[in-house]
Amino acid sequence: MNALLVLEQILNGLQLGVMLFLLAAGLTLVFGIMDLINLAHGSLYMVGAFVAATVTHWTGSFILGLLAALPAAAITGMAVEWIALRSLYERSHLDQVLATFGLILFFNELVRIVWGPRAIFMDVPQALSGTVEIIPGAPYPMYRLAIIVVGIAVAAFLYLLITRTRVGMLIRAGASNREMIGALGVNVRLLYTLVFGLGAALAGLAGAMAGPIFAVEVGMGEGILILTFVVIVIGGIGSIRGALVGALLVGLVDTLGRAFLPGLFRLMLDPATADGVGASLASMSIYILMAGILIWRPSGLFPAHG
Amino acid sequence: MADVTRSSAFTRRHAVHLGALVFLVLMPPVALVLDEPFYVSLASRILIYGLAAASLDLILGFGGMVSFGHAAFFGTGGYVVGILFVHGFEGTAFLGLIPGSDSGLIVWPAAAGVAGLLALIIGSVSLRTGGVYFIMITLAFAQMLYFFFVSLEAYGGDDGLSMYGRSQIPWMDLSDDTTFYYVCLAVLLLFLGFGHRAVGSRFGMVIRGVRENERRMTALGFPTYRYKLACFSIAGAAAGLAGALIANQTEFVSPSLMHWTRSGEIMVMVILGGMGTLFGPVFGAAAFLLLEEVLSAWTEHWMIVLGPVLIFVVLFARRGIYGWLIGAQDGSES
Amino acid sequence: MCRKLRFILTIAAAAGVGFTAPALADGIKVGMITTLSGGGSSLGIDIRDGFELALKQGGGKLGGVPVQLIVSDDARKPEVAKQIADRMIKSDKVDIMTGIVWSNLAMAVVPGVTRGGTFYISPNAGPSALAGKMCNENYFNVAWQNDNLHEAMGQHVSDKGFKNVYILAPNYPAGKDALAGFKRFYKGGLAGEVYTKLGQKDYAAEISALRAANPDAVFFFLPGGMGINFLKQYAQAGLNDEIPLFGPAFSFDETILGPVGDAAVGVYNSSQWNADIENAANRAFVADFIAEHGRRPSLYASQGYDAARLIGSALAAVKGDMSNKSAFRLALTKADFESVRGNFRFGANHHPIQDIYIRQVYRNEQGELTNKIVGKVFSDHQDAYAKDCIM
Repeated sequence: MNALLVLEQILNGLQLGVMLFLLAAGLTLVFGIMDLINLAHGSLYMVGAFVAATVTHWTGSFILGLLAALPAAAITGMAVEWIALRSLYERSHLDQVLATFGLILFFNELVRIVWGPRAIFMDVPQALSGTVEIIPGAPYPMYRLAIIVVGIAVAAFLYLLITRTRVGMLIRAGASNREMIGALGVNVRLLYTLVFGLGAALAGLAGAMAGPIFAVEVGMGEGILILTFVVIVIGGIGSIRGALVGALLVGLVDTLGRAFLPGLFRLMLDPATADGVGASLASMSIYILMAGILIWRPSGLFPAHG
Repeated sequence: MADVTRSSAFTRRHAVHLGALVFLVLMPPVALVLDEPFYVSLASRILIYGLAAASLDLILGFGGMVSFGHAAFFGTGGYVVGILFVHGFEGTAFLGLIPGSDSGLIVWPAAAGVAGLLALIIGSVSLRTGGVYFIMITLAFAQMLYFFFVSLEAYGGDDGLSMYGRSQIPWMDLSDDTTFYYVCLAVLLLFLGFGHRAVGSRFGMVIRGVRENERRMTALGFPTYRYKLACFSIAGAAAGLAGALIANQTEFVSPSLMHWTRSGEIMVMVILGGMGTLFGPVFGAAAFLLLEEVLSAWTEHWMIVLGPVLIFVVLFARRGIYGWLIGAQDGSES
Repeated sequence: MCRKLRFILTIAAAAGVGFTAPALADGIKVGMITTLSGGGSSLGIDIRDGFELALKQGGGKLGGVPVQLIVSDDARKPEVAKQIADRMIKSDKVDIMTGIVWSNLAMAVVPGVTRGGTFYISPNAGPSALAGKMCNENYFNVAWQNDNLHEAMGQHVSDKGFKNVYILAPNYPAGKDALAGFKRFYKGGLAGEVYTKLGQKDYAAEISALRAANPDAVFFFLPGGMGINFLKQYAQAGLNDEIPLFGPAFSFDETILGPVGDAAVGVYNSSQWNADIENAANRAFVADFIAEHGRRPSLYASQGYDAARLIGSALAAVKGDMSNKSAFRLALTKADFESVRGNFRFGANHHPIQDIYIRQVYRNEQGELTNKIVGKVFSDHQDAYAKDCIM
């Protein structure tokens, strides 16, 4: 096993982590502030990807696709919040899980009716289609580097938004005491809708960014949604910092597990068994990580609330 | 919360129970007379999912523990029956130690036992957390098991495991759908009877007390963690039993039994029927499966209808079908 | 509703004729269980559309016999499929069943159906058990045994002189069977053998490891969305021009090529069928399918179409009288119809003996991505499990 390959795999892990962070940031925001579990977050990611793919196809411009995906996901998200989710804030988590589970079924079918059952095409923008040799002997796709850059930019934006702006102040206040800011004359409902829109736009961004590397297909949000939940639970619900750390951790554990576990088992077992055991364990690795962390810290790494 | 203490007066609730029971007992002969024997197997499936949903209600409705991984126990129970059946058929032994068997009197309790033990292990870890973390950690454990069985090549992995018949029970022919239906009905009624007593017992009081205010129950000196864990394990065992029945009904087990959407569906059945009512989830299972049957026959885009129906039920029909059937006087909200 | 009405009508008709021969007026009933909603529905839709096209060309008849097709969506759930099979046999009283896409659903449904005496014609799934130990006289597979296309690719890669191949499949039985099938005919060495997570999206780790292993070719089996993900990411890593890629048709059918785009152009894949196979049946099928649906047919559509035509050939042979099951079975085994893939007959285990081709992905004059045949790997190829089948 050479060191450069390990380095490359770490880079792969970080990149997957950043991708997950884009999704996790919006989800944890909504989770932390409105105390709402939104399983349909993955559906907003799917909407983002489909809109981006379609607009890119029409206009030939990836940037326009990206710019269309953000408001499309945000508007869809806000509409859903306004129609269905608003009355769920005071309800139990169970009610929220079920209602948003219903939303998943609805959105999957809606997208299937609009775009058909087949996956649709979306390509990497021309300018980012090449590779760069940042690690000698291992050309790395430029587009994946771009995802890392976007992820870092989003993290910085959210940090500034929450710590330096008035909206951020309200968000923090709303998270710690909902009644209080209502009593102070803040329009809490509007604030919630806006935060939800922001979370949805981030999901749309993640979907649009994912389009060129993943299949743009119905149900694409579900597998990744579960990973995202693992991320925010590990990080501590409601904490953006936790989401970032959790996302990188999950990305690294998943990638390195897939890359090296079968090889590790080959040292101990015969190849056929080792491949089987290694691959099975690799697919379970992040859940084992999550269970381990929750046993150690039942409220995640960076609990946002007391 | 529906009042589950026994009372002697014949209320609307009793009428609903009696009506449902009469319907369930008479269903097979009527279906046979109408030459629609298919409805007997549909009804068996409803009873089995009813059992799974009722077992989830024990922890969800009474214990306030929102488990998003109940299908893990359901699927495990199914796999115990499937794996032992195949070993029995081939005359081999599981792990070279445990001989296979197709005797229902052995494998069904084994299915409940293994699922209950699994629930004990998963519960002992998961119950250290609470709230959303509990939802997610139960989901994570279920996913682990799902991927474990997907890659378990010796027992078919994702392709599943085909059984070549149903379990054997003395003096009964389970391969006959009507007989099998009545066995399912008997198992369900036994569980409901057991659950009804458990909920009304001291144990049930503590569990419900924990749901309302865990801190107070701890202050009163109850070891709440142990009570919750016991409840979680019992529910897991009952789900395992339901899994054993579904394995028999379809003569097939596969990891799709424990897919996370399955956990979601069982939850939906509980809510649809009425949470915290024990009997309600059986009605919920019936409603859900019939809805699926009718909608999917109507259009291939049936999920676009099912989704909003779920949201509607959560938003507006909070007491579920059972609450609606038994009327206001009995189904006081918690 | 409709079923109930039909039920009443059937009763009335039966009473009218005094319970004589099976009511032919209603025609032969074919039950199709397939995946029409949720993930993977494009396969089921193609199978259904292919089957319905054959029915439509015959004016509602197959082999000159009126056929009533009952289609139900299994949502890719084994026990739902089982439930539908139950309903079709007990309530609808179908004579023949078909349609299942996935091996796990077939394993749940087929053994019970065929043991009960109903015919099942598989238009897609061909798990090894049903070709070998668990074969049944009432089960016919009109597509392939699961390993066939992988075996062809193993042979082809060997023929082309590759000596150090990297192979990759999801960690589930069909994936293991795929690699086993490939290795059965591939004679060179392996640079690596990797099993990935079912439903995996990101293949960066695998692609890095693959590049480091420095193989001279890559064989992969990743059906559906997994294949789309892998192909895109493989091309983005710049490997398309460096290490040639090979796979079975499942990752290069018309439902996948569109979303993958240019990343797939030039890639070789193995298939028992292609739109450019020259025969009258295939020309009629491809032209009518495009006219009817406005899209190019996939191999799944061709399999649905052939399933219908196989049934038609047997119905014609027995003149629509299915009361004599062994006569109908015998007619099926003869496979007396012009298959769209050309050369086709059944082996003793009721699985195909057929030719398998190598196709290459290209962009046609209309700018659509599709396949063209560039060679034939196997003639009269039979599966490896036939010897285990005792009927």
